[in-house]
Amino acid sequence: MSQWVRKGIRTGIKTTRYPAAAETAPGVSPGLPVGGTLAASFPAGRCPTDAIRQTSDMVAVDYRRCIHCFRCGRGVPTPLEWKPGYEWAALPEQRQNPQSQLGDAFAHSINIIVVDVGDCGACLHEVKQLNNPYYNMHRLGFFLTPTPRLADILLVVGPVTDHMRLPLQKTYDAMPTPKRVVAVGACALSGSVFGPSFVCCGGVKDVLPVDVEVPGNPPPPLAILHGLLVAVGRKQPAPIISPATAASQEVTTQ
Amino acid sequence: MKPIELSEQITQRWKGRARVLRDAKHPWCDVECFPDILRELARWLFAELSYRFAGLIVEEGENEWELRYGFYGRRDEGFVQLLVRRPLPERTFPSISEHVHAADWHEREAEDLFGLSFEGHPRLGDFILHDDAWQEGVEPMRHKFDGNKPVTQRAPKADWRPRRIVEAPGAFAMPIGPVFGALTESVHFQLETVGEDVIRTIPRLFYKYRGIEKIAEGRSVEDALLLAERFCGTSAFAHGFAFCQAVESICGVEVPARARTLRVFVAELERYRHHVTAIEGICESTALAVAASQTAILQEELLRLSCVLTGHRYLFGLLVPGGLTRDLQDGVCRETLATAQNILRRLQQIDKMLRFSSSFLDRLEEVGIVGADEARNHGLVGPVARASGLVRDLRKILPYSAYTELAFDVPTEREGDGYARLRILFAEAVQSVRIMEQAFAALREGPVSVPCPPKSGAALGWVEAARGAAFQWVRIGDDGLVGRYRIMPPSFANWHGFHLAAENFAFQDFPIILATFDLSVAENDR
Repeated sequence: MSQWVRKGIRTGIKTTRYPAAAETAPGVSPGLPVGGTLAASFPAGRCPTDAIRQTSDMVAVDYRRCIHCFRCGRGVPTPLEWKPGYEWAALPEQRQNPQSQLGDAFAHSINIIVVDVGDCGACLHEVKQLNNPYYNMHRLGFFLTPTPRLADILLVVGPVTDHMRLPLQKTYDAMPTPKRVVAVGACALSGSVFGPSFVCCGGVKDVLPVDVEVPGNPPPPLAILHGLLVAVGRKQPAPIISPATAASQEVTTQ
Repeated sequence: MKPIELSEQITQRWKGRARVLRDAKHPWCDVECFPDILRELARWLFAELSYRFAGLIVEEGENEWELRYGFYGRRDEGFVQLLVRRPLPERTFPSISEHVHAADWHEREAEDLFGLSFEGHPRLGDFILHDDAWQEGVEPMRHKFDGNKPVTQRAPKADWRPRRIVEAPGAFAMPIGPVFGALTESVHFQLETVGEDVIRTIPRLFYKYRGIEKIAEGRSVEDALLLAERFCGTSAFAHGFAFCQAVESICGVEVPARARTLRVFVAELERYRHHVTAIEGICESTALAVAASQTAILQEELLRLSCVLTGHRYLFGLLVPGGLTRDLQDGVCRETLATAQNILRRLQQIDKMLRFSSSFLDRLEEVGIVGADEARNHGLVGPVARASGLVRDLRKILPYSAYTELAFDVPTEREGDGYARLRILFAEAVQSVRIMEQAFAALREGPVSVPCPPKSGAALGWVEAARGAAFQWVRIGDDGLVGRYRIMPPSFANWHGFHLAAENFAFQDFPIILATFDLSVAENDR
C-alpha cells in the first residue's frame, strides 16, 4: 500500500489555479461561437437548433441552444469565430425564484446533489471531472451528496425525460430551503436536439425554477465550476446573450 | 460456414419456405422466410452454427410489417438477416427468444413501442414505457403517432407494483434509484436479498428514454447524425461512425483514404479514453483512492487531447457522411500519438501496481462471474464478453473503414470475473494505441471528405464501439429524410445479462460488479 502513497506524492500538484487565476491549458474547453457583425450573410437554417439569429448585419448566438456541432465554424464561406473560455454561466432572463438566495453562511460549504434526467453521459462525465485532481472542487468547499436532505444545490443534467420528471420534482421537494437549481448543458437549458417531444421536456425550466444556467454541450468542468461559483455569489455571471438582448443592442447602436 | 454455403444449405433445408437474397459484393445474405419457420431457422443459426444475435429491426411499411433479425458469424461468415413479413393490421409474430435468449429484450421493446405481440414470449409488458406512467395502447413507433407532441392523456396503472421473485423467510426487496449515489446515471434496481446475499437483481431501465428512434424520423440525414452523436456522449464518435457508414452504404459513397484512416485514429482514441474511464470507475468502486485519482488524471489528459485534436472533448461534430468536417493536421496527429503513448506508459505502471495490490484484487477476483455459455445465450458483447472467452470483435469479423489494413490483437480471458474484465480493459487500451500508431503511419495526403447527397434506400452500419458491437439501421425515404432509424447499442445487450454477474453475491460487491460491467444507461435507454 505504501507504494500508492509514494506515487500520489510523487505526482505533485495537478490542480488548476482557477478561480484565483485563469486556466490556460490547451483542451480545457471547446469554446463557443461569438456573435457580432458579420460581413456576408450566414446561411439560414445552418444552425440545427436555431441558436444563431441574424438581424441585418448582426449575428446573435443563444448559448442555451448551442450544441457544439461546429456547423457555423466549418464548411461555410464566412464561419463564425469560436472563442475559447469557460466562464459561461449566466442567470436566466427572468429570475423565477427570488426565495432561493443562499446566505453568506453557505458560500464556502455547499452540498450538491446531481440528478441525471436523461443526459447522454457527457455532461455527467464532466461533472465527475470536478472531483478529479485537475479541478478538485473540494478545495472550494463544494461537496457531492447522494441525499437531497443535505443538499443546498440541485445540479441537473439532461433534457428532463418523461420518466424522470417525477423523480426530479421529488428530489427538489425533499431539499431544505434555501435551495438553488443549476441547470447544466444545452439539453437542460433548451432540450437541445431532443426536446420538446413526446417523451422530453424543453429543459429543466419546464419543471423547476432555474437559478443558474450553464451552457455547453457538454460544458467543460471549468464552466460547471463557474456555474457553482455564480450560484453562491462568488463569481459574476456571464452576460446573457439571447436574440432579444442582441436585437435591443442593435437598436441602441443605431 | 461461408455465406455462399450457408445460402445453399438454407435453400435445401427449407425449400419453398425461405428465399436467399445474396449480394456477392458484401459478406452477408438476406433470408426471406415465412413466419412458421422463423423459430427453427433462428435456432439453427444460433445454437448449431454459433451465430450471434445482433438485433431485431421492425419496420412498418405501407401495407405490411417487415421484421429483420440480424445474426453475425465468425470471421468470413458475415452477416445474416432473416426477413419476415406480415400484412397489416396483423400483429402477431412467433417469439424466437425461447431459442435465442439474446432476442428477449428486442421482442419486449417491439411489443412496447409498436404494439406487436410475440407468441411464446413469457414476459411482455412494462419495459420501455413504464406501466406506472403510461397506459396500454400508446405505440409511439407507429407512423400514426406524432412524436413531436407530448401525450397529455394519461391513464397509468395505479396498482402497478414491481415484480417480486424471491419468497423466503427474511426475504427483502431493496429498491435503489433512479436517483441514487452521487454521480450515477438514472436507473432503478430492485435487489432481492436474504440477509447479506443478493439473490435476484432486477434492473428497471428506460428512465432516460428520449425516443431517439422516433424523433429521428422525418429529420434530414445531417440532423439525424446529431442524434447519433448525442444519444450516448461517452461513445459519441463510435455511434456517429456507425450512422455515417450506414448512410454512405445507402448512397454508395466511397470515403477518401485519408478520412478512413483518420476515423480509425479518432475512434481508437475514444476507445482508449473510454477504457481509462472504466478503469477509473473500477478503482473508485473498490475505494482505492490514489489509483482512482491517478487514472482520473490520465482521463482528463485524454479529454484535453481529444479537444486539441478535434476541437471537442467528446469528439462531437467531426463526422459527416462522406468523411470528416475538417482535416486533422499530421503534426497535431503526431503530437496526439506521442501524448497517447506517454499516457499509456503511465497507465501500464498503474496496471502493474494494481496487480500487486492484494486488497484491490480481493474485491475483484472471483466476483461477478459470467460463464461463457451464459454470456453467449444472453448475447453479451464487447470487453465484458471477451472476459468470458467470447472473442468476436466486429473490427475483425466484419472489418470496416481502415481496419482491413491494420494489425492488432483481440485480447481474451477465460475467467469471466471482475478481474478478467479489468485485464481486458488494460489489454485493449494497449491495442488501441497500437492501432493509432499504425493509422498514423498509414496517413497519406488527400481530401478528407466527398459530397454525400442522400439517396433513398436502407442499410446497416456497424462499429465495434468501446462497449462492444453496435449496429444501426438507417432508412432514407424518397424525400431524402430519415424514414427509420434503429439503434442496437452494446449496452442494451449487456444490461440484458448484467443480472448474471450481480446475483448470488454479497451487497458490498454490487457497486464493484456494476463498475466492472461498464454499462451506460444513456446508450441503453436511447
